[in-house]
Amino acid sequence: MEFGDILLAVAIMLGKSLLLLVALLIFIAYALYADRKVWAAVQLRRGPNVVGPWGLLQSFADLLKFVLKEPVIPAPANKGMFLLAPLVMCTLSLAAWAVIPLNAGWAIADINVGILYIFAISSLGVYGVIMGGWASNSKYPFLGALRSAAQMVSYEVSIGFVIVTVLMCAGTLNLSGIVESQNTSLGILGWYWLPLFPMFVVFFISAMAETNRPPFDLPEAESELVAGYMVEYSSTPYLLFMLGEYVAIMTMCALGTILFLGGWLSPIPFAPFTWVPGVIWFVLKASFLFILIAMVKALVPRYRYDQLMRLGWKVFLPLSLAMVVIVAGVLMVTGNAPGVR
Amino acid sequence: MTVTAAFFYLFATITIASGFMVIASRNPVQSVLFLILAFVNAAGLFLMMGAEFLAMILIIVYVGAVAVLFLFVVMMLDVDFAALRQGFLQYLPVGGLIGIVLLIELIFVVSAYVVDPGLVRTPAVPIPAADVMTNTEALGHVLYTRYFYFFQAAGLILLVAMIGAIVLTLRERVGVRRQDISMQNARTQETAVELRKVPSRQGI
Repeated sequence: MEFGDILLAVAIMLGKSLLLLVALLIFIAYALYADRKVWAAVQLRRGPNVVGPWGLLQSFADLLKFVLKEPVIPAPANKGMFLLAPLVMCTLSLAAWAVIPLNAGWAIADINVGILYIFAISSLGVYGVIMGGWASNSKYPFLGALRSAAQMVSYEVSIGFVIVTVLMCAGTLNLSGIVESQNTSLGILGWYWLPLFPMFVVFFISAMAETNRPPFDLPEAESELVAGYMVEYSSTPYLLFMLGEYVAIMTMCALGTILFLGGWLSPIPFAPFTWVPGVIWFVLKASFLFILIAMVKALVPRYRYDQLMRLGWKVFLPLSLAMVVIVAGVLMVTGNAPGVR
Repeated sequence: MTVTAAFFYLFATITIASGFMVIASRNPVQSVLFLILAFVNAAGLFLMMGAEFLAMILIIVYVGAVAVLFLFVVMMLDVDFAALRQGFLQYLPVGGLIGIVLLIELIFVVSAYVVDPGLVRTPAVPIPAADVMTNTEALGHVLYTRYFYFFQAAGLILLVAMIGAIVLTLRERVGVRRQDISMQNARTQETAVELRKVPSRQGI
């Protein structure tokens, strides 16, 4: 390959990544706004309504406020690691979007092991939490970091088994391939949410626990456990933690869309609906999952820590293990298992 | 391919450098973090060889699970490694001598080791080309057919190790109040709350 070709390929890759990044961040700014609006509506409040028309610019005002504040680094903190932790959190959660296909062939990197890549990246997210808690060199962040690391590691196990059941039905680890395998003449009824409904529920709840969303927001339960691993953080580092968290939530929504809701496919598989560009369906489905998560935040009280651990290890783990065996058995008996010769 | 070579040397250099920092850094937590960096770069090397499945599994298992536990233990133990290194210079001659003897032995063993040429020519299962079958699929095909019993045996050994670890750390303590979830769920308003009419200035 010529040097010019390599340079061009790198430039195209950078352009695509930048476009996706900007689109994603703007989308998250409005997801945050929607989150607060839904929460307010459930509690009969108005929510953000001052900055811009209907409060539409609230997230950008928050961004400015975070950036302009003074970052305070505690004197006994391990400075390098203290600042590295939010960067790790934010970069890792953004990195997961490299493989997510928003439309047929739209993934920046359409790799063979896409789902494993996302799983690996999201399992690394725990380091941001642990490093932040440890580097603060203070008791409460450290305890908070241990608590939330244990939580994230526990729910990763059940998410892993959920992914395994979907992979057994799809027969591929490529995210585009998983979406394509749901492309049947049945439309919305052919997607995996219906045959694998218990796993969809397990995935939805585990995704909330994995990303520290309410009702599993024990890492930062601000009203009773101060703010977990983020106690000592302020200004931009805190912003990066929160941004990383919201990006991780959107990643989980996108992953749920790909695994269970047919990605970019149209729910009704004939003429006027299939003309709609796939990316619109994708965004609609991901937003639907996000609104569900926002509703849960407003409706369900926070879990106790022992209840959380019991749910992860004693309810979801056996359930998802049993489902792996059952799905594998059903696929073999009915002869629908993909790739078995 | 110069780009491939450049990436190989990048990953290889960082792997070795962070491997050195694991034993050289004063702070044990930093050691573990350097170990993680070494793992991630080793995964990068796997990726360059086309072993994408192994690369991802390396990150998921070692970085995502094993190293987290390392980090937990190291953070909780509060071992002062500086104190452990106190007599370093004193023991350096003996330790260095043992190290050199081991190194020479290893060099002898490795340089005399020859792979039987017959083995290389006839692999037990033909290796499919990368464009015919992804290496996840290829691994699955040998792991669940030809090496099925070895795979199961490895799983059983892990299971026994896990049960062993649980049995070793399980302590029966008397007088501990445990939660019974079914009892908690069985409580209703009638059994939990009692409404009493309290007369004024008397109490219950």
